[in-house]
Amino acid sequence: MATGKHDQTLFELSLRMGDNALILGQRISAWCGHAPVLEEDIALANVALDLIGQASLWLGFAGEIEGEGRTADNLAFLRADREFRNCLLVEQPNGDFGHTLMRQFLFDAWHLPMLKALTLSSDERVAAIAAKSAKEATYHLERSEDFVIRLGDGSDESHRRMQDALDVLWPFAGELTCADEIDVALADKGLGPDLGAIGAEYKEYMERMLKKATLTADWQAPIRKGGKVGDHSEALGHLLPEMQWLQRSHPGAVW
Amino acid sequence: MYAQMVKSTGEGVKSLDEMEPQERAFQERINADVKIEPKDWMPEGYRKTLVRQISQHAHSEIVGQLPEGNWITRAPTLERKMILLAKVQDEAGHGLYLYCAAETLGVSRDEMTEQLLSGKAKYSSIFNYPTLTWADIGAIGWLVDGAAIMNQVPLQRCSYGPYSRAMIRICKEESFHQRQGYDIMMKLVKGTPEQKEMAQDAINRWWWPSLMMFGPSDTDSVHSAQSMAWGIKQNSNDELRQKFVDQTVPQADYLGLKVPDPDLRWNEERGSYDFGEVDWNEFYEVLKGNGPCNAERMAARRKAWDDGAWFREGLMAHARKKETRIMAAE
Amino acid sequence: MSNEWPLWEVFVRGQHGLAHRHVGSLHAPDVKLALNNARDVYTRRNEGVSIWVVKSTDITASAPGDKEPLFEPSNAKVYRHPSFFDIPDEVGHM
Repeated sequence: MATGKHDQTLFELSLRMGDNALILGQRISAWCGHAPVLEEDIALANVALDLIGQASLWLGFAGEIEGEGRTADNLAFLRADREFRNCLLVEQPNGDFGHTLMRQFLFDAWHLPMLKALTLSSDERVAAIAAKSAKEATYHLERSEDFVIRLGDGSDESHRRMQDALDVLWPFAGELTCADEIDVALADKGLGPDLGAIGAEYKEYMERMLKKATLTADWQAPIRKGGKVGDHSEALGHLLPEMQWLQRSHPGAVW
Repeated sequence: MYAQMVKSTGEGVKSLDEMEPQERAFQERINADVKIEPKDWMPEGYRKTLVRQISQHAHSEIVGQLPEGNWITRAPTLERKMILLAKVQDEAGHGLYLYCAAETLGVSRDEMTEQLLSGKAKYSSIFNYPTLTWADIGAIGWLVDGAAIMNQVPLQRCSYGPYSRAMIRICKEESFHQRQGYDIMMKLVKGTPEQKEMAQDAINRWWWPSLMMFGPSDTDSVHSAQSMAWGIKQNSNDELRQKFVDQTVPQADYLGLKVPDPDLRWNEERGSYDFGEVDWNEFYEVLKGNGPCNAERMAARRKAWDDGAWFREGLMAHARKKETRIMAAE
Repeated sequence: MSNEWPLWEVFVRGQHGLAHRHVGSLHAPDVKLALNNARDVYTRRNEGVSIWVVKSTDITASAPGDKEPLFEPSNAKVYRHPSFFDIPDEVGHM
């Protein structure tokens, strides 16, 4: 993998952003044709298309930084699970539609402020990808918010399902705003934001929205993390073989 | 086609002189190429035939998401994944436009969905075949969408306004579908021996089912004659099938793929290809529910509908709550 | 009570400053989600810059029987159409 000639922290940043988008895009693309209503088949596919598009920008950039000729496709389809840098949240299985919407909500609520902050990155390529993605993420969050509020404060069953989804997924949300040494180094260089500030914004937003949705998060729940440094949950080990199968079974083939 | 076996009220086509004034005025409008709109008077048979045809067409788009959707998570590159996702998404959109067109005739989308899920309503036989390899995604775009376009282009001129407008939008959006399929095939035939083999295997399996899409010969059919008189159908099934073969064989030649029909040969006199007989037994079996994937397709649609009930109801519950709150506040 | 989502009519204004145009319909549980759905369903190809949604039941349409009294009179006002006037070729394009 990385050799050291290039900026390793910038490489890691692009992988983290790109892998989050890729894995979540892969997850929600599986709903196409199976959503609860036709309008959602279409809308969710739009979100998936945005995310996979973003992934190809971030991963293409990561390949450039690395300078060893790897393309976005090489990085997406030929890396092993331990080399993926997405957070644990996005790789969690789709579950019922409530889980899918809650996972999206918890992600979007971090993704948008993160992208907005990255538009101020000292690296102009990062800033450009972030600016394009932030426009898309603005709508993603709007949609997620609309659904979580409505279904949380909807029927008894929809409330129960959304609360259940929150209980399962909430522990994974913490990883998004939990800074490690790479995040700190990125912030020091002006390449990335202070995750602490984004975390504070995230908390304030969640308190406000979950109240509207009549849902309760367990703020004391221990954070489940590791994906950012390649320590994944078992779920990723099932997603990748499916996604990468064709590329791996026909090495070197052009599609 | 997407509506392969639509029965109209087959009583034979009446001449203008045999018609009551209202029906005569209606038929004269159709003859003059004036569109019929939802609130206009129309014969009950016209309305019923349209509901059947449009809803069958819509159901086909909806079920049609499944065979290709089967490969979204396994598409070989990020770009292919996005293209396929956008295409399957378009199919959902087309189903949506068509359901809306049918709804203008007084049937709700939920009613049509119930008819599909109960097995009462039909959808195109083609979607009951499995997508076994990536090449099938190419073959579907190239052959299945190619056949679909052949049928849909004339439907833009259908006498019923909402259907015609939906078809105009659909045809515009579909223009990239066939090309992306052919593009996949081109990459495969230029690729490794395994890829080329995959491409040949795909045309072997999809050729005949694609020809079945046009439905059995209807030259002598009363239903067909009535649909044509009403401006719902413009061409006979055989006519479109021939056009499809004539257009597609040279495309297969270009790819270096063999069309799996020993009777296929150019007929200089007709300026068209002669081709073998479609296995209509297979067609009727698939239509009856005995195709390779009928059970899986219906199970997938039923699961989506049943599992999604709480979502649809939950949002309605919220909408009602909100209305009550607003009313209380006033 | 029926749980079928109500039907909405969608109007989109395109890039070129033309008026909102009816593009189709969709189902949605409330007006905000109708707007979201309209964006996702009807502007996938960058078709619009502004969307209106109206509940279908809130639209009042003219009855087809009124077609003649409502629209026939304007047929007689041929002077509203530019081709009514003969402009000499020498004048050039007008």
